[in-house]
Amino acid sequence: MDNNLLVLLIVGALVGASSGFLGSFMVLKRMALVGDALSHVALPGMAIALTMAIDPMLGAFVALTAAVIGVWYLGEKTRVYSEALVGVFFTASLAIGILVTPEPELLEALFGSLDSINITDAVITVVAAVFIFYVVRRISKRLLLGVVSEDLAKSTGVNIAIVNLIYLFLVGLVVALGVKFLGTLLTGALVIVPAVAAKNMSRSLKSFQMTASIIGALSAVVGILVAQNFGISSGPVVVLISVAVFALSHLFRTRN
Amino acid sequence: MAKAILKVKNLNVEFDGHKVLDDISFVVDKNDTLAIIGPNGAGKTVLFKCLLGLLPYDGKVEWDKNMKVGYVPQKLYVDNDLPLTVGEFLGFREKDARKAIEVLKQVGFSSDELEKDGSGQLLQSKRLGVLSGGELQRVLIAFALIGNPNVLLLDEPTSGVDVSAEETVYTLTDRLKKESGLTVIFISHELGIVYKHATSVLCLNKEKICFGPPSEAIDEEKLKELYGESVNFHYHEEVH
Repeated sequence: MDNNLLVLLIVGALVGASSGFLGSFMVLKRMALVGDALSHVALPGMAIALTMAIDPMLGAFVALTAAVIGVWYLGEKTRVYSEALVGVFFTASLAIGILVTPEPELLEALFGSLDSINITDAVITVVAAVFIFYVVRRISKRLLLGVVSEDLAKSTGVNIAIVNLIYLFLVGLVVALGVKFLGTLLTGALVIVPAVAAKNMSRSLKSFQMTASIIGALSAVVGILVAQNFGISSGPVVVLISVAVFALSHLFRTRN
Repeated sequence: MAKAILKVKNLNVEFDGHKVLDDISFVVDKNDTLAIIGPNGAGKTVLFKCLLGLLPYDGKVEWDKNMKVGYVPQKLYVDNDLPLTVGEFLGFREKDARKAIEVLKQVGFSSDELEKDGSGQLLQSKRLGVLSGGELQRVLIAFALIGNPNVLLLDEPTSGVDVSAEETVYTLTDRLKKESGLTVIFISHELGIVYKHATSVLCLNKEKICFGPPSEAIDEEKLKELYGESVNFHYHEEVH
């Protein structure tokens, strides 16, 4: 195995594991669709970064951070959570992103490419993944209590709004990590699909989070190997692998 | 005279220009059991949220110093297949599993259900979604008790719970009162429960209709005022 492939696999596994882990909360919060579509917002950010000759991952991260603050604001500060508005806004960003992304980079930006991943990305991904796991472990009890009952969480002194904001910020971060090799259309799927597959197979929170992380990492690793072997876009392959796991997960569905 | 632990004065709540609570004032003494009754939409849960500081309001809600309030919500809005076990849920507040077991025993679960030598699945490894209404209620009370509260706020513990389990919940709160000197405030629809377990009652229909010991505060007139005339069976029979 050459070093390059090893780096790719490490990056993929870490992004997959962190996505699955974060996604487990997203599914419990019933924000699966938002999580899925969130990645569309990355495209205009990447396009602007490309034209300014900055790392597109940074552009994606800035755009995603702005988007998660918007989602957070709608959820916390307005009484009705406006899913329709999120849908319109995300699709609009995608359309704008397609128009402003330079033509040669468009396909890569949409569906991901393994060629563009370098050692700097690998280092950033390792650091970010450690950061994500550390922060989530710190906030997970408060976050989950908020999922079970916001009133109950608030009555025990949890500041739900801040916890939710930190969490959504991490989701933005993990999607930004994934955009290079999964593409902006599909990174969101890696947050959601492993988590819904894991939910089918899990009876406790611990196993749910662990299974989601493993499925995420596994889909990325297998997907990258297949994509590399056949010289095709990595994004669709990784997502299809995770969808296959989701289909299989119904066989192991827990009933009680 | 008993010491007042909660003073509510001229409490007003509005949502989008609609009055939900209109000038509510009352006092709760230490070791009281206060029942809050009223029809749907009377503002009972809103009042609870004001007492917990979860909603903005006009007026005063004053808790005595050092009061720790434990809140038992009506129910949890979770999916049946939520992968969250009883043990994990209580673990949000209490890391020590043995302490969690003690509290679960306090709310009436037996050693058989909680410890390894018992047969069958342990309660702690059951998912919240598979519990019966009464079991979930007791787990929620256990969750509140972990914080060592001296006041317990129970929101409509009767909904979705069968009669025998409901009786257990109130026998349980009565017992907890005796054991640890709890003050209990609960929302209820059942007048029978109110007479049997409450030392005072607050009748609420956006405004305060009555307040006092149940036998003195509640009469037919007040009930008509509270629930509307059609709910009163005696009156109903006379009309038809």
